[in-house]
Amino acid sequence: MPSGRVLDVDRDVTSLLELTGVDKTFVTDRGPVRAVRRMSMVVGKGEVVGLVGESGSGKSTIANLVLGLEHADAGRIRFLGRDVGEWLDKEEARYRQAVQAVFQHPFQALDSRKRVGWLVAEPLVIHRRGNSKSRAERVRELMADVHLDPSLVDRYPHQLSGGQAQRVNIARALALEPSLLVCDEPVSALDVSVQAQILNLLLEINRERSMAMLFISHSLPVVRHLSDRIVVMYAGTAVEEGPGGEVSDRPTHPYTQLLVSAASVVTGDHGQPRGTMREAIPSVGCRFVPRCPVAIDRCSSEEPSLDELAEGHSSRCWVASDPALRAEVG
Amino acid sequence: MSVVELPATADTTSRTRKAGRGVVWWSAATVVVLAALVFIPGLLAPGDPYTLDIGNRFTGPQSGNLFGTDDAGRDILSRVIHGARYSIGSAVLIITVAVVVGTIYGSLAAWYGGILDRLLMRTVDVFLAFPYLVFAMAVAASLGRGLTSTIVALSLLWWPSYARMIRGQVKSILNDYHIRAATTLGARRGQILRWHVIPHTYSQLLVRLTLDIGNALVALTGLAFLGLGATPPLPEWGRMVADSKQFALTAWWYAVFPGAVIFLTVLNFVLLGEALRKRSTS
Repeated sequence: MPSGRVLDVDRDVTSLLELTGVDKTFVTDRGPVRAVRRMSMVVGKGEVVGLVGESGSGKSTIANLVLGLEHADAGRIRFLGRDVGEWLDKEEARYRQAVQAVFQHPFQALDSRKRVGWLVAEPLVIHRRGNSKSRAERVRELMADVHLDPSLVDRYPHQLSGGQAQRVNIARALALEPSLLVCDEPVSALDVSVQAQILNLLLEINRERSMAMLFISHSLPVVRHLSDRIVVMYAGTAVEEGPGGEVSDRPTHPYTQLLVSAASVVTGDHGQPRGTMREAIPSVGCRFVPRCPVAIDRCSSEEPSLDELAEGHSSRCWVASDPALRAEVG
Repeated sequence: MSVVELPATADTTSRTRKAGRGVVWWSAATVVVLAALVFIPGLLAPGDPYTLDIGNRFTGPQSGNLFGTDDAGRDILSRVIHGARYSIGSAVLIITVAVVVGTIYGSLAAWYGGILDRLLMRTVDVFLAFPYLVFAMAVAASLGRGLTSTIVALSLLWWPSYARMIRGQVKSILNDYHIRAATTLGARRGQILRWHVIPHTYSQLLVRLTLDIGNALVALTGLAFLGLGATPPLPEWGRMVADSKQFALTAWWYAVFPGAVIFLTVLNFVLLGEALRKRSTS
């Protein structure tokens, strides 16, 4: 692969992206909302990590923190061992080229007054790559990479379909050959028939370019489709983490089990569990207690830690981490 | 869904759109004619606007002088045609200054926010709180008589309203989703403003400045009527109406023709502005 990457990812031996004990609280009219709470997770090189959780779980805030659109109150977010804040202060251009994003709303993410060709070339212009001729060539390549007809370069976003618009967004993100692609609900605004195409395109990109992805979605089936590892988030923190197949086939945390059962209901395949998170999240003990079918006394008084139950598979649950209790609950 | 209703709705919208388009075309054609008056009056005017002909003063409209002659025997039609340059030209100049200054000022306030924003916008409030005629008279009078000082005075007055409008627009556009996307691509402040924010203000700006060219023309005329503005013998339209007032009873054409031209010009810009507004909101 011809590497146009600005950062020599291979040089670094540890993980690509690492979050440790990240906190983020938003001050709203109705008081402070703790969106992210002591969140820790890792994305390795070339790895696809799926981040699942219902709306309000804080998963999009994670994306914004990684992209530097928000700033963490506490904890560290490191990219290649260096704090994101430091990257943005000292070498913003390099960080921007190494970390790219695909957002939820394909049309809103595109400037409606610019043509497709301009939009795809924009990252190259910003980072002064090539001249206008070589850029036009590169735009054609990128369009081909995301399976878009090159004749679309003269279209405006409103003349595209949702799937085409999201492909344009992906082409823009790929233009700089990033090492990490943050995908914040990239398919949830698309028709179901188009979702699979976009997911397969992202998977293809990951395989061909060994580009790491932080894939955020509320839908477990969608995340499972392409993730090497899955992190399940509830009320601002990770409750379960493990290999993709393990987490979705043998979920250990009751919240993940709820997600899996919600996803298997034939009609509602979007993985949104019944009940909402808004119904009072307790401030002591496990945050999931009010909705938990297997809660024991200890859950209301003491918050469990994220314990490793099997090789690379951890869960934040008293019941799950105790073999005796697990057998009892079945 | 009603099948019967659909064609009816489609029909009404297309009809209003057609009507709107008619006004736009008509007004745009008039703007072209006015532009011709501004740029090549010499080719269009039947005579010279300055030639005195005392023996021929106060002649009513007739074949040689379609709009009649004034108190010095000058051909009013020629003077109206040559005056377009001063009247419309001044109005366009004032609005251009207002748009450029207002856009830069408003964007700065919106982008930086905080104390700078408050400081800049309170300054705008001070400007807007003044009664404009008093302010313009004070400035024009202190700079001395003449068209230039009136243009300066009105330009000073006009930019704050644009600054306020642009600030509001920029602030709301900056919250748009595509700005986040551009930020993650690594676009710098100036690039975001130039590429992704300012172009989104154009449609509303176009509506506003079209309407305002008419308003500036009215303001210019008003000041000229009060004796501030073009000095003789410049054939500025407001000045001509002002000069005609003492002869209003004896030579009606002296006031009526320049006045009618001002009226129609302002009306044209207002109609064009309204039509553009309708189009941009539909």
